[in-house]
Amino acid sequence: MRYITPRKAAEGLGSAHSGTQHHWAMTVTGVALAILTPLFMIVIARAIGLPRELVLAYFGRPFQALITGFFIIVGMLHFIKGTRIMIDDYFQGGVRKAAVIISVIFGWAVIALTVYALARMGLGAIVVL
Amino acid sequence: MADVNRGNRPLSPHLQVYRLPLAAITSIMTRITGHALVAGIVLIVWWLVAAVASPGAFACADWVMRSWIGFIVLTGSMWALWYHLLSGLRHIFFYDAGHGLEIAQAERSSQILIAGSVALAVLTLIIFFAF
Repeated sequence: MRYITPRKAAEGLGSAHSGTQHHWAMTVTGVALAILTPLFMIVIARAIGLPRELVLAYFGRPFQALITGFFIIVGMLHFIKGTRIMIDDYFQGGVRKAAVIISVIFGWAVIALTVYALARMGLGAIVVL
Repeated sequence: MADVNRGNRPLSPHLQVYRLPLAAITSIMTRITGHALVAGIVLIVWWLVAAVASPGAFACADWVMRSWIGFIVLTGSMWALWYHLLSGLRHIFFYDAGHGLEIAQAERSSQILIAGSVALAVLTLIIFFAF
């Protein structure tokens, strides 16, 4: 016998038992991105057109590196969960599985590449100091 | 189910022959802009990785970045980013909170969404070229 009311057992769970967390994650990353988006636009706009040496120095600075890293990481996590909704809507079976796998790998690959590039630029500056 | 009269019930219009209302267009545009932003992100991340890779790789990525293709992708991404942001805010503060769901209200917020995203995109371009 379960000493738990049906309401208590169902609370916070959608029909798929996980939609609430998904929706909440989209809300949290969305709010973060709403703040980061204008800052990221400024960072990128000021970097376009710089020669390579200045691009390396520019993204080695704390503000530029942190905004870029923060935006790309949170953005790709938002992307992974966002594409998942699209994939669930339009694809079934094996195609759906493959699309979800590709989307997750792509998202994390973009994060890894960004962190790698920013680390190379940032660490170079420390070595020079 | 066999005895259900299927002959003269009103049928819902099929998506392909149904003129989408503005609120539906702005809704699907949220999904389209969100996914299209992959192009801008890939271009920028490629450019960043090329910068640390080698002078030749950077020259190639930087050429694309500063070409008319890069301009279209980056400007398009910039507008898509503003559109997706405003649409996300509408979700958080209105739709998800249960406000603005009446047809007239959704129509109005859709007009504001389109006008606001275009205005912010034009403003961003002006600031970019002025400074």
